[in-house]
Amino acid sequence: MNPQSNPMPESPRDPQITDSRGIAPAAMSATRPMYWSVRRELWENRSIYIAPLAAGVVYLLGFMISLIWLPRSMRELAAQHPVNQQVALAMPYSHAAMLLMVIAFIVGVFYSLDALHGERRDRSILFWKSLPVSDLTTVLSKASIPLVVLPLVVFAITVPLQLIMRLLATAVLSLGGGGASTLWTQLPLFQLELVLLYSLTVISLWHAPLYGWLLLVSGWARRAPFLWAVLPPLVIGVFERIAFHTSYFGSLMHERLGGFAAVAFDLKDKNGVTLDPHFIPLSQLAPGRFLSSPGLWVGLIVAAALLAAAVRLRRYREPI
Amino acid sequence: MTVIEARGLRKAFGTTIALDGVNLQVEEGHILGLIGPNGAGKSTALNAVLGLTRYQGELKVLGRDPWSERDQLMCDVCFIADVAVLPRWLRVWQALDYVAGVHPRFDRAKAEGFLDRTTIRRTSKVRELSKGMVAQLHLALVMAIDAKLLVLDEPTLGLDILYRKQFYDSLLNDYYDRSRTIVVTTHQVEEVQQVLTDLMFIDRGRIVFACSMEEFESRYLEVMVNPEHVAAARALKPIHERPALGRSILLFDLKADHHVERRQLAGLLSGFGDVRTPSIADLFVALLGNKPGNQSGEARSNDEGAAR
Repeated sequence: MNPQSNPMPESPRDPQITDSRGIAPAAMSATRPMYWSVRRELWENRSIYIAPLAAGVVYLLGFMISLIWLPRSMRELAAQHPVNQQVALAMPYSHAAMLLMVIAFIVGVFYSLDALHGERRDRSILFWKSLPVSDLTTVLSKASIPLVVLPLVVFAITVPLQLIMRLLATAVLSLGGGGASTLWTQLPLFQLELVLLYSLTVISLWHAPLYGWLLLVSGWARRAPFLWAVLPPLVIGVFERIAFHTSYFGSLMHERLGGFAAVAFDLKDKNGVTLDPHFIPLSQLAPGRFLSSPGLWVGLIVAAALLAAAVRLRRYREPI
Repeated sequence: MTVIEARGLRKAFGTTIALDGVNLQVEEGHILGLIGPNGAGKSTALNAVLGLTRYQGELKVLGRDPWSERDQLMCDVCFIADVAVLPRWLRVWQALDYVAGVHPRFDRAKAEGFLDRTTIRRTSKVRELSKGMVAQLHLALVMAIDAKLLVLDEPTLGLDILYRKQFYDSLLNDYYDRSRTIVVTTHQVEEVQQVLTDLMFIDRGRIVFACSMEEFESRYLEVMVNPEHVAAARALKPIHERPALGRSILLFDLKADHHVERRQLAGLLSGFGDVRTPSIADLFVALLGNKPGNQSGEARSNDEGAAR
C-alpha cells in the first residue's frame, strides 16, 4: 500500500483554507465540537448529499425528455377545471420532491443503522473517544443527520431542481403551443417551496422516534443492526395479531410512518372534497393542529428517551 | 503531582477477573512501563484509566473520575490504543481539521511539522497508508496535543524495526519533557528499557512487581557463568538461573540478601564471568516464569530450553 502509487480519485480541499478560521485554544465554544462532528459525518457518509443529488439529476433528465409531450398535454388541460389543471401541472414538481424525500428517508434509515455500529466495527470508536467530545455531542451530531441535515439537503436540491424544471417547461411552451402563463399563474412561485419546507419539517419531527430507535439499535446490536431494528416490531405485531386478534401495534407503527399527513394537512377542502396530495394549497396546511397533536409530542418524548439511551449506551460500548 | 491514583481497582468480565485489586500511583514526569503476559489485565487497566470501561474501586486521573468525566479528561489525556484505530476512510487533512476543530490543546502547526518529515501526503486516506505511516500520523496528531498524560497500549504492534525505533525516538526527543507523564504497555520490552523511568509487572489482574528503573539497575545483576563455576555462583543464591549456550545465566537480587553490597557481589561475580544489568524480559521471566499455572512464562522458559 504505497500512497505514492495511488492517484487521488478526487480533488481535495486545501487543509489550510478549511482551518483559516482557527480559533485560539481558550476560545473553544461548546458548538465547535458539534459542528466538526457533523462535518465528520459528512466526510464519512457522502451518500447523504450524493444520493439525493444523483436522484435529482436523473429525474431532471427524465423530465427533459418528457417535455416533448408538454405542449400537447397543455392543450388538453386547457379544457379542464382549474383545480384539475393545478394538480396536473404540479404533478412533475411534487413527484420530484417526493422522490428526493423517499431517497432521503432510505439514506437516513441506513445511515442511522450504521452510525453507532460502524465505529465499533472498525474500532475507530477508540480514536473518537480519545478526543474531548462527549457521547452526547456525538449522538446528537449523528441524530442531526436524518433530522436536520437530510431535510436541508432535500430542500437545497429540490428548490433549484423545480426552478430549472419550470424554466425548461416555460421555454418549451413559449417556443410552441403556448400556455406558459398558465403554468406560472396556476403554480405561483414559492407555493411549492413553502409546502416543501413545511412538509420536511413535519416529517422530520414526526419521524424523530423512528431515527431514535434506529440509532439506539445501531449502538446496541453487535451484528445485523437492520434485523434487530426491524424484526422485533414485526414479531410484536404478529404476536398481538395471533394472541389477541387485534392490530394496535401494527396501526401504531403505520401511524408513525405515515400518520403525519392526516395531522399536518387538511386534505379535505371546505366542501368536504378530498384533495389530491400532489397539489396542496397553502390554505390546507394545518400547523396549529400539527403542533397541538399528542402524536407529535409523544413521539418527540419517545425520541428524546431513545436518544438518551443511545448516549448512555455509547459510554458502555467497546469495539466489537 | 499525582497523575494516576488507583486503589483497589477491580474489574470482572463474567467469571474472568481482569483486575483484582490494583493499586497504582503514577507521578508527573514519569514514564511507566506496564509489562505483563497476554490477558494479564494491562489493557483493562488502561481502559479504566481512559474512561473506556467501568470498574470497581477508586480511580482518579488528573483528579477526575475517568468514567463519568471522559470528555473533559481527554483535554489533558491522549492515547494510542492500537495503531489500527484511525478510521480507514479518514483523509490526512480531515484528521488534522477534525482534531484542530474539537481539541482545545491541539497545535496544528506542530502536527504539520511532524508530517512534513514523513512521506505522508495530506490527501491520502488512512486505508492507503502503510501500517507504519498510520502510526506516524497518529503520533503526529498526539504529539501536537499539549497533554499531561499519554497512554500507549501496544503502540508499535506490527511495525517494523525502523518505525519502532523512530516511534520511541520522536516520543523522547520531540514530546517528552519532565512535566508530561507516559504510560506504555508493550511486549517489545527491550525497546522501552532505555525509555522507561518506572517499571511495573502485572499478572492475572494484580501488580506483582514495581520499581523505578534506577532501583532496577542497582538491584538486579546478571552473570554468565561457565559450568565449572556454577556451583560457586549458586551459593550466592541467585533468584533465577537459565541455561545459555552451554553456560548458565544467573540473576541476582541484591535486596534478597542484605549482607552483601552491590559492589561486593559484583566483585565476587565478576570472577565467574561478565556482570551486567539484566534485561526487563529476563527479570520478568525470573519473577513470573516459574509460577505454576503461568503458561506464558513456562512457554518462554521451555523455548529457551529448546534453544539450547
